[in-house]
Amino acid sequence: MKIEFQVNGKAVNVDIAPTARLTALLRDVLDLKGTKVGCDAGDCGACSVIVDGAICCGCLVAVGQLDGAKVTTIEGLGNTAAGARLADAFLRHGAAQCGICTPAMMVSAAVLLDQSARPSRRDVEGALGGVLCRCTGYRKIVDAVLDASADDENSAPALTPQRRAAVGHRLARLDGLAKVNGTEVFGADYVPDGAALVRVVRSPHAHARFTIGDLRAFKGDHSGIEVILTAADIPGHNLHGVIAPFADQPVLAETVARFVGEAIAIIAGAPNCVTGLDLSAFPVTWEPLEPLQSPAAACDDQAPRLHAGRPGNILVEGHVERGDITRGFAEAAHIVEGKFTTPYVEHAYIEPEAGYARRIGERIEVHACTQAPHMDREALALILGVETEAVRVVPSACGGGFGSKIDLTLEPFIALAAWHLDRPAYIVFTRGESMRASTKRHPSEICARVGCDASGRVTAMDFDGVFNTGAYASWGPTVANRVPIHACGPYFIPHYRAHSQAVHTNGPTAGAFRGFGVPQAAIAQESLFHDLAETLGMDQLEFRLTNALDNQQPTVTGQVFAEGVGIKACLEALRPAWRRESAAAREHGHVADGSTTRRGIGIGTCWYGCGNTSLSNPSTIRIGLTATGQIVLHQGATDIGQGSTTVISQIVADALGIGIEALDLVGSDTDLTPDAGKTSASRQTVVSGTAALRAGEALRGMILRQGNAGSDAEITLANGTLSLCEDGIARVIELANLETNPHGYVLEAEETYDPPTTPLDDRGQGQPYSVYGYGAQIAVVSVDMLLGTVKLERLIAAHDVGRAINPLLVEGQIQGGIAQGIGLALMEEYIPGKTENLHDYLIPTFGDVPEIESIIVEVPDPRGPRGAKGLGEHVLIPTAPAILNAIRDATGARIRQVPATPARVRAAIEEAWEND
Amino acid sequence: MDPTRLPDIDQSYARPRSIGEALSLLATGDWTVLAGGTDFFPGLRDRPVTAPILDVTAIDGLRGIRCDGAYWRIGALTCWSDIIAADLPPAFQALQQAAREVGSVQIQNRATVAGNLCNASPAADGVPPLMALDAKVVVTSQAGSRQLAVDAFVLGNRKTALAPGEIVTEILVPKSTSRGISSFVKLGARRYMVISIAMAAARIATDAQGCITAAAISVGACSAVARRLRGLEDRLIGQPATPATLALATAGDVAGLSPIDDSRAPAAYRLGAAAELVRRALSGCLPDLTPVLSADTPSEESGR
Repeated sequence: MKIEFQVNGKAVNVDIAPTARLTALLRDVLDLKGTKVGCDAGDCGACSVIVDGAICCGCLVAVGQLDGAKVTTIEGLGNTAAGARLADAFLRHGAAQCGICTPAMMVSAAVLLDQSARPSRRDVEGALGGVLCRCTGYRKIVDAVLDASADDENSAPALTPQRRAAVGHRLARLDGLAKVNGTEVFGADYVPDGAALVRVVRSPHAHARFTIGDLRAFKGDHSGIEVILTAADIPGHNLHGVIAPFADQPVLAETVARFVGEAIAIIAGAPNCVTGLDLSAFPVTWEPLEPLQSPAAACDDQAPRLHAGRPGNILVEGHVERGDITRGFAEAAHIVEGKFTTPYVEHAYIEPEAGYARRIGERIEVHACTQAPHMDREALALILGVETEAVRVVPSACGGGFGSKIDLTLEPFIALAAWHLDRPAYIVFTRGESMRASTKRHPSEICARVGCDASGRVTAMDFDGVFNTGAYASWGPTVANRVPIHACGPYFIPHYRAHSQAVHTNGPTAGAFRGFGVPQAAIAQESLFHDLAETLGMDQLEFRLTNALDNQQPTVTGQVFAEGVGIKACLEALRPAWRRESAAAREHGHVADGSTTRRGIGIGTCWYGCGNTSLSNPSTIRIGLTATGQIVLHQGATDIGQGSTTVISQIVADALGIGIEALDLVGSDTDLTPDAGKTSASRQTVVSGTAALRAGEALRGMILRQGNAGSDAEITLANGTLSLCEDGIARVIELANLETNPHGYVLEAEETYDPPTTPLDDRGQGQPYSVYGYGAQIAVVSVDMLLGTVKLERLIAAHDVGRAINPLLVEGQIQGGIAQGIGLALMEEYIPGKTENLHDYLIPTFGDVPEIESIIVEVPDPRGPRGAKGLGEHVLIPTAPAILNAIRDATGARIRQVPATPARVRAAIEEAWEND
Repeated sequence: MDPTRLPDIDQSYARPRSIGEALSLLATGDWTVLAGGTDFFPGLRDRPVTAPILDVTAIDGLRGIRCDGAYWRIGALTCWSDIIAADLPPAFQALQQAAREVGSVQIQNRATVAGNLCNASPAADGVPPLMALDAKVVVTSQAGSRQLAVDAFVLGNRKTALAPGEIVTEILVPKSTSRGISSFVKLGARRYMVISIAMAAARIATDAQGCITAAAISVGACSAVARRLRGLEDRLIGQPATPATLALATAGDVAGLSPIDDSRAPAAYRLGAAAELVRRALSGCLPDLTPVLSADTPSEESGR
């Protein structure tokens, strides 16, 4: 059908199926890729566009309805004054992290600014409330929109850092411009001409044997299918896993599917045919088997084993023991205990997995949204049966990852299809597919007991955690190993025993999710600490300060830090807010004037080791100087929105002693950047940052040696000339006379850093991490006593980052982590088969994240670059326990199962009343 | 341009300009009616459109709210944003509050009031306020029109009284039942874009002495179709419209509802919450009390 309408002021006349979605027309026909697709159901708002002045979801508009309409997208916004103000404000405020929701936020904000010159904070929340963001925690977006609506002279101008002062500067992210103008290329935003579309046939059963039927007939019945691949067609190993010794996951299941959504075949061919295929007609016969629903069922002697060599379906167990808990509990005057339960939690990044692959001779190139390009490369080489060097992985912009995009998901499918077809192949997961196929946060069942003496010193803690690791290993071993080390929280506990198990079930595979099991453990530990302080009648903050770990005190693994332990500094930084909020809560604490709400406050804390647990995890950074005076930073740390590109550049600029604008950035690309490891474990600032610092210092030394200059000489790059200035005398270095190396550089520094750790012994004693970061948060809540609804009034967060390389990005991490902590505490629960979309699976919206006061604490750690510590995961850990403790404070109810839905809170209140 | 990435679809689609044209098409085939698309597209899940589509969005005269002799008339293409923006009497406050709770602004700009009824979700935000207004659904076919009360139109979960060849053309609110003031409260697990755990709408009219002369109370998401609480309504008549009156709403008034257990909440919680929501909806109808869970109370921080 012919449709005539306008997009961004230009007439469009297309012949298209009238029921096609507007998003498909914009993206696939008009090549306007700034409008994103996150769910195809109106739940996330990422596809927001303006139709005849009204904001709407492009995924819900049939193009047949557009005849004569005027459509404005992010691409058209840039030409307007409001669009330019918004883009500038979003950049300066750090309102874009991964950037996948940013175009929709800006388009929605533009409509608001058009209708209301001076909107209130509430107006902004309401107008943008239909767009989900998983990174920022929304506050900086609200700030940016308010700023854009203000008079120009009121807005803070962006500042360029002074030379040698990039570290510590509130620098707008270097990769931000493309995110605010809609040109950033995410996994689904580029498809080579003539590419085949890949779709995946998945198991509808949690556990089933299957037999694939007549593929030739199916192919014959559907013109356009070019190839159907099953396990038998994989040229290399049909096996992968992020931790090699535990690799157990087939790319395509062979005879048995072990979770709902497990892939059994891929179909590739002409996009217009393959996209409409009804995959339920795929020829396969299923023989459902009894699924193992829970760790308890899986550990039963009679239970079938999901994997050979794993008796009891136990993947791995972790253990840390120090002192003698029997003695510790004997010394205790007060003991509290509890059982805590947490569910599967979905990462819910707004970008479903997407990318393309192409074969170039005997090499394969994969462009996809990944957090771990070098790991993907090694895994794909094994799957394709080629040398590692034959695989190139180029991460696209990543629209949120949070741990799940470390594991392989789409990459093998597009690589296999492109390899077989010898033409490009692409895939875009649907939201449901993304949720079914990707890893989740481990569900946990934790029993813990803590005792303290009469003065409030913790004497002993005992902890048992069972983690449902789902069908395959993924990062289950990491969770099992990390948890016993961290379950004590940032405290000195002389007698300690913590044991964890990762148990297989036929649930979704549980993997890495911001915190690797530590957020679950912190819920148990901090809840029990709250209850102990309550039993003692001791102030919650002072109780934690009494027990906070200090320099020279051994951790539960016996590690002793001479300096850099920052938890006391965090708690002390919170003290004024704690006293203020305590007084306010006591004032609001009683039912008065018919009010049914009660105010409460709570504390949560965290510590978190940066980098892999007792395992090597090196990063390598290369910096080159060209004959024409360009300084090129090869930086393979994948920036998934958290800001590593910016942070590493800031470190390098200062190490070199040049302005940050002089750096040319390359990466990440496995052909062009050395391995900087995966973006996980809060390691990029500490590990890649240290490699970057050393590479920068090394290159500076080389440059200075060229001019025999002293260490204080100033390096200047201008018009292709490098000069050194010392004592007022400038010398030009003739770069053209120097020999060029195979990378094209006349001078090059490449440095590798691997944080020093030691293995843990059989009592879990050793040095698992070189650096820990610390934090503490206060939650202020109002609880509706009759309905059980929890309203967050305010959060105050103090995080010790050692040295804030970029305070703007630090605040962004704090606010974004808190938003995910709010979700964990109050609303998120993934139930396979039931919550496989973003209206049944709830993540916080604009209205669910309150004002957040960030206090940046800097207790330098000599093992971090410029004293810096990691932050990305720490920020999520204290939030849920702080909220649960605030609910306890407000109501007397102890929540032991998250999410604390209104029904659960109300039930806990009733239980508290009964026990009163 | 690469139209080849769009699905090949051999499919019927019609977008008539007049109601007559639409009805004659409907009489000839098995069409799926498309309006705002906010339920239609999500309902496809990962499948392409294959059914014949009758797109009603170009039909003249079906959008907007007007008042004539005996009725307020809400055209079938009136979207929730139109409801929010309309200048309506206080009896429509509940409907306007509910309109702000339908999905997001993006959804409110496309989704229609009539579509909310036709989708027949037990958690449809629009249904309790329309019931509290004694709204009538006008259903039209080539054979003519018929009027159905909301609870005669929505028959069950995803089930309506629409017969083949019929579409909803209008929603009528009698002047006689648009007296007084109404209020709506919704309970969900997050602030925006949330499916109700339970909700209630109430409308109260009083005489010069402040005594209740009319009461209409409905509860949604606690039964397959939202329900009026007739017993409570009857008991309220003649009572003074004061906070003390709220105590008249008891657990017994909601005992006849049949909520389900699901991932959002267990049935028992829904019942308890429903009684409380009814009290709060009632309190929202009293001049001196604001409901605790009002839809979008004005911000105290209007400046910065």
